[in-house]
Parts: sequence; C-alpha cells; structure tokens
Amino acid sequence: MTSVTTETGSPKRRLGDLVFANTTRAAGVTILVALAGVAIFLTAEGLPAVGAKAPDLKGHSNLLTYVAPLVFGTLLAAVIALVIAVPLALGVALSVSHYAPKPVAVGIGYLVDLLAAVPSVVYGLWGIGFLGPRLIPVYQWLADHLGFIPFFDGPASNTGRTILTASIVLAIMILPIVTAISREIFAQTPRLNEEAALALGATRWEMIRLAVLPYARSGIVSAAMLGLGRALGETMAVAMVLSASGVVTWDLISSTNPSTIAANVALTFQDATGLQRNALIASGLVLFVITFVVNFAARAIVERNDPGKAR
Amino acid sequence: MTDLATAPETHQHVPLRHPRLPAFAPLLAAGIAAAAAALIGMTLSWNLTGIVALAIVIHLVGLTLWSRTVENARAATDRLVTSLVWVALLIAMIPLVSLIWKVVQEGSPALNAKFLTWSMRNVIGEPGGIYHAIVGTLIITLAATVISVPIGLLSAIYLVEYGDQSKLARWIRFLVDVMTGIPSIVAGLFAYALFSILFGPGTQMGFGGGVALSLLMIPIVVRSAEEMLKLVPADLREASYALGVPKWRTIIKVVLPTAMGGIITGVTLAVARVIGETAPLLIICGGTDSVNFNPFHGQMASLPVFIYSSYTQPGSNPEILKTMAWGAALVLIIIVMALNLVARLAGKFFAPKRGR
Amino acid sequence: MAKSIDISDLSIYYGDFLAVEGVTLTIPARSVTALIGPSGCGKSTFLRTLNRMHEVIPGARVEGKVIIDGQSLYDDAVDPVEVRRMVGMVFQRPNPFPTMSIYENVLAGLRLNNKKLSKSDADSVVEKALRGANLWNEVKDRLGKPGMGLSGGQQQRLCIARAIAVEPQVLLMDEPCSALDPISTSAIEDLIHELKAEYTIVIVTHNMQQAARVSEDTGFFNLAGAGKPGRLIEFNPTKKIFSVPDQEATEAYISGRFG
Repeated sequence: MTSVTTETGSPKRRLGDLVFANTTRAAGVTILVALAGVAIFLTAEGLPAVGAKAPDLKGHSNLLTYVAPLVFGTLLAAVIALVIAVPLALGVALSVSHYAPKPVAVGIGYLVDLLAAVPSVVYGLWGIGFLGPRLIPVYQWLADHLGFIPFFDGPASNTGRTILTASIVLAIMILPIVTAISREIFAQTPRLNEEAALALGATRWEMIRLAVLPYARSGIVSAAMLGLGRALGETMAVAMVLSASGVVTWDLISSTNPSTIAANVALTFQDATGLQRNALIASGLVLFVITFVVNFAARAIVERNDPGKAR
Repeated sequence: MTDLATAPETHQHVPLRHPRLPAFAPLLAAGIAAAAAALIGMTLSWNLTGIVALAIVIHLVGLTLWSRTVENARAATDRLVTSLVWVALLIAMIPLVSLIWKVVQEGSPALNAKFLTWSMRNVIGEPGGIYHAIVGTLIITLAATVISVPIGLLSAIYLVEYGDQSKLARWIRFLVDVMTGIPSIVAGLFAYALFSILFGPGTQMGFGGGVALSLLMIPIVVRSAEEMLKLVPADLREASYALGVPKWRTIIKVVLPTAMGGIITGVTLAVARVIGETAPLLIICGGTDSVNFNPFHGQMASLPVFIYSSYTQPGSNPEILKTMAWGAALVLIIIVMALNLVARLAGKFFAPKRGR
Repeated sequence: MAKSIDISDLSIYYGDFLAVEGVTLTIPARSVTALIGPSGCGKSTFLRTLNRMHEVIPGARVEGKVIIDGQSLYDDAVDPVEVRRMVGMVFQRPNPFPTMSIYENVLAGLRLNNKKLSKSDADSVVEKALRGANLWNEVKDRLGKPGMGLSGGQQQRLCIARAIAVEPQVLLMDEPCSALDPISTSAIEDLIHELKAEYTIVIVTHNMQQAARVSEDTGFFNLAGAGKPGRLIEFNPTKKIFSVPDQEATEAYISGRFG
C-alpha cells in the first residue's frame, strides 16, 4: 500500500505547463512579428529611394514614374493569367467533383498536385524553351487576322517571349490552387440541394447551375483572388519568359512588353548598386502591399463564408 | 365539381421515352471530329496543335447539333457542358505532360557521375557539374527547415491546445493564411533588407536564403500541423489527464506522437514546396561556381539559381550550359517528386499502428 | 488505500449555465456506487467533478465542496493533476493510446509522469495491473503489440489496467460498457466486483440491470424540469432503490414510467 502524496500546497498551475504554454504562445507571436518585420524592413530599406533621381531609376524622374509601369505590367499579366486559368480550373474542379468516376477523379487529383509541385524555374525553362517558340505562328496569325483588336496589334514577336506567353505560363502555375479550392467547395455542396434539383427533372448541368454554382459562388471568387495573389507575385516564370522593355502597352504579342515588379527585381537586382537596390526594394514593398491586400480580401471572404461558422 | 370530371382528360399522356443518342455518341463524335480535323489539317499542312484545336471545335459543335436535332435543347446544353469540362481537363494536362517530356528529353543527356560530383569551378568550355548547387540547395533548405519547424509546430500547438478561439489565436490563424500568399521575391527582399541592416549593406549568405525560405515555409507547416493536431481525438487527451498527467506532458507524449505521421508528411511537403524556390535565393544568396559549405559566409549556389543563370546568362558556351540547365532541372524535379513520395510513405509509416 | 468521498452542496456550471444543482452525498469506501438517471441529467458531469476532469471544458466551474481523505479537492492550493492521480477514470469508449503497445499503455500513467522504473519493477507493475483487470492471460504473449489491436472489450479492460496501474484510491467509470457487447460487458462487471475490494468505485450507467447487479448504493439523478438543472433525487442502498424507493420519481424511472 503505497500512499500517493498529495500535499496541499503544491502550486495550482505547474511550472511545466506555464513554461510550455508561454513557449508556444511566443512562437505564434513570432509569426506576427515576422510579418510586421517584412513591412518594417522593406520600408526601412526602400525609403532612401524616395529621393532617388534618374540615373538610379533607369531614366525615370522619380520613384513613382519608375514603379507605375511595373505595376501596370504586374496587373496586366496577372489578370490575363486569371482569365485563362479560372475557366480551366472550374472545368477541372467540376470534372473531379461531379463528372469523373471516383478512381479517375483521384488520378486527376494526383496530376493536379504534380502540377503544383513543379518548381517555378522549371516552368520558366519550359516557357522559354518549349511554349514560346510554338506560339510564334499563333501570334503571327493573330497579328495578321485580328490585328484590329488592340491586344493583337503586333508586329508579332519572333521569339514568342511576349507577355501573353508569360501569362499563359502564370495561368498554368495558378491552376492548381484555384482548382484545389474550387474542388473543395464543390464537394461541400449539400447533397440534399443537388438531389432536390435532380428530382425536379434537371439535367446534370442544370443541377450544377441550380445547386452547385450558387452555393460555391463566394468560394470561387476567393479562389480566383488567391490565384490572382499568386500570379501577381510569381517571379521566375515571368523573368525568364518575358522579353521586357518596361513600356506601357496593351499589345500582348509584340516584342516590346511591359515588365512586372517581381521580374524586374529578379532581372536587375544582382547588377544593381546602391540606390538602385533601394528602389528595387521599394518596388518590392509596393508588390507586398498589393498582394497583401488581395490575399487579405480573399481570406476575409473565405472566413465570412466558412460553412463551419454561423452566418 | 366539373373540374373533377374533366381532370383526367387534362392530364396529357407524358411519354417517358425520348429519342436518345446512343451511349457511345460522344466517343463516335470525337472520332469523326479527329478524322475530319486530321484530313483538313493535313491538306492545309497545319501542325499538330492546330489539328487538335480544330478537332475539339468540330467535336463540340457537331455533338451539340446532333443532340439538338435528335434529343432536345436542354440535353444539347448538358452535352456541351460535359464536353467542355473534359476539354478543360485535357487542356490543363497538356502542359504537365509536355513539361515532363521536355525536361526528361533535354535533361537526361546531361546526367552522369561527373555532372553530380563536380562543381563549375574553373570549368571552361566543357560540361562541368552541379555538385556545388546541390550542396547549396541542401544547406539552405536545411536552414529553412531548422527555423520553420520549431516555430511552425509550436504555433500550431498554441492554436489547437491553448489559443483555441482567443483573439490572438484568431489573428494568428488569419495572418498565417494571408502569409501563404507572400510573393517569394518579397521574402527574398525582406531577408536582404534585414541582413543589410544587421550585417552591413549588400550582405549575401546562404543562411539569409534559409531565413527567406522559412518565411514561405512557416505558414505551410503551421496549417498542416494544425490540421493534424485537430485530428487527434479528445478522448486521448482526457485519458491522459485522467491518469494525472499534466497538460504539457500530455501534448508532448500523447498528442504529438499520435499526430506525428501527418506532421512529418506536412513538413516534407513544405520542404518540397520551397526547395525549388529561385527568386529569393537569387537576391539573398547570389550565385557562385564553387562549393561553399559555410551558410554564414559568402555567396552560395543553389539548383534553381543555377538553372536560371545557366540558361539565361550562358556566357561563351551557350549549348553546353543550356544542356546543363535542363539536366539540373531534371535533378530538381526528381528531388521534388521524391520528397512528395517520401511524404506519402512517411505518413503511412508513422501512422498509429492498428491490427495485431 | 480506498477512501470515501464527501460531497456537500455541489453545484456545477458551464459558464452561466447551471448544469447540476446542490448535490450532497457521501460515497462509501471500498464499495460500488452507481449513478443512474435519464440522459442529460448531469450524472456524467457530476462524475467528472470528482477528479476535476470537467475543468478540461473551458468555462466549467463548481461551487461547493468535494472532500476525499480529509482534503478538499477545490481548495486554492490543490493541483488538479495530483487529484487525477489519486482518482482514476475509465471512459465511455475504450481509448488506449494508439502509438503505444499494450505494455506501454499500462505503464503510460507512470511513464508520462516521468517516473523512473527498473525493467523488473515495470514488468511487475504491468503484470499486476493486467491481472487486476482480468486481461493478463489473454495478452501476456503479445505485450509488445499495439493496444489498438485488441477487441473492444479487451481495450476497455486495458484502459482499466492503465487506470489502476497508477494505484489510485478511487476509480470513476463513465458508462464503461455502453460501447461493448454483452459478453465483454459481463467480463467488465465481474471485474468491477473484484476491484471493489481495493478501490472506491463510482459508476455511471444507463443500464438499470447493471446498476442492480454491480452496486451497493445507487444515486438517482433527474432534471428538476425542462431547462432546469439536474439534481440528485435520491441516494440509497441499491436493494432499497430497486424495491421500495423513497421518492415517487425514482420508482417511476425504474419501473419505466418517466415523470
């Protein structure tokens, strides 16, 4: 009969619990500090560029006129990528959730994961070495036959390294994330709603239009915005594929193309010195703010429509 | 009352049988479309892409019209959407297949023992090796993992076991989600700015790459670990508390081991995700032709940066270096795929054992 | 080593919600006390306050006193972790630790508290606990195998072995047989009979035959009305409760007439 010691007077909260709980909390706070640190250090190193003059800004008179065309290019490339990727992603997501038989759907899921696993630099290599050259005749055809549309004004690039090529590569890169989120939301559609639609005599497409798409609408919006966030910040594919000259133009298939913030940093950072680097960091801060806002909004939409929470 | 008498007559006979296309109709239409497109394409000497595109258009239009004449408009729309869904899938898979085919085709000639064991130091006019880049990638990724795993795992424990629905926990959860969208180049610029301020302007070192990559890796680790910890049944925690085990010891000895398989899978996938990152390393690690084992001093090569710079700035022997770039890309893809495979196997291996 | 439990005027809250009100009773040592009553009347909640397990749920708190062996469980200086070592618990569903073998599961309470044991001491603790739980003969040849590989009834007895390996003075059982088939249930009931020689046992059960079979005393819990807190209606020797209960409500419940 060993008696268990239960002296009154032992501390109510144990030291071990106190230390461990606070360690984990400190780790969580570290993440917040790191995020704040990104903004603080980029601002600290970007600020000197505010007073920079033409020689350090590739001939632009001040930081604003230096960054503005890059912002234009960033948005243009990302939006085109989104326009290409979202319909494809919705198609793939629907094929997994509602069209393909189970084993096929699992297989497609693996392939999409594989698509997400390929490093960006390899996409860049593929874009410049495979896709670009194959698009030259397409661009030629577009310039010849659809040249009246400003996007296809031409003259067509003879390397294929245009902003449209870059956007196509970007579209492929954001396809997995948009697909993954849409697929998850499609699969969550209440089974009862679907069966109600089918019981009314709806065809499969009418059922999807009646039950699935309305339910998933906000989810699709946030998936698209997360994709947009990725496309805005994607660097290497654009840096390698695009033959950039930093102009502002709507022509998508010529050899003079707008550059993007991320690609511009990657292409010029190594050879930049002094204030030039500060200017690049300042442009990075702009990119950080843009992507932060887009992601923040996207996540806020997801959060608000989380089915696990009361509405 | 008169209604009742006439009612049976107002109910028209509803036929349940409609004319329907045979089950093999979509395949038949696809076959005919392919043949027609091939015929037209060859007479006009188009390339393969053009022929496939034409075949798809013929198939979409043909099947829809056929269904519309035999069946009805609603069925035709349904068939059109079904075809479009499969076409979307087909288009989405083209890049994957062509990319892997291209990388294997271009990269495999470069692979040999020298390629994997030599660096590029003093190599001029002949193929060298990527040993320096592999070493750099391993060191930088290891540094990122060493930073990310403790912070990420402890944060996940805080979120699941302590924070729960507290305000701080909700903010951390939300900002971790937002953090998953930080562009990699911004992470690189952050590390560069941080190291410039701490160690003097222009500091480049391998460890900085680790810091930059950890910024991208932490959110992935937190999210996956959080999901795994949530899956541990509350029963087990209660059983442990009821044995008089303090909470922290319960977490370390019962909760973590139970979730270990999933956590290792998550960490491995996070490593696979960041090991191919190029942009931040380009900025904070620079590049070199020599082997550098010291992450705290000097520029450090890495596989992605090697691929990028060899292909875009090949110097005097573009053909040799471009082949090496493809070879390095093949090695990188093999590493990433191997990590994905390991992640799945680890999940199975460390899963709690059942059965006898 | 077994101790009696004195409960006086105990009320249990979840946040502002009063779940159980004003329970006063004495649970005698070295005997089996059964708690019966309809679902949601607070008997499991009450049971969990006897080893401060209810605190695991955020916002839960109690008023009143629980005294075991002259010590009040809810005094400021009392560590809930120590309370739980003295008062063991077995749950509704068997929950062996999935990462541990049978052997490690039995030792879990000691090992997790970082107690250093020599191999021979550990072996004897495991054998004693498994014999105590009537499981030794079934598992002695496969102690290294995962605990999850046992049948449901064996798993539950493993959980009992795990609970008694830390040598508690009181053993709480929260519907320990509700997830088990009749044969396993009978094995557990036999075990409860044997354990009461050494432990004070409190068992919550939905099964009135079980309460009648295993217990010396029975407490009947019921809601004071819809939306009102649960109360202890009657506490008497089991024989009396099942033949001539004091309260009409008890008789109605036992004879199958709710009210």
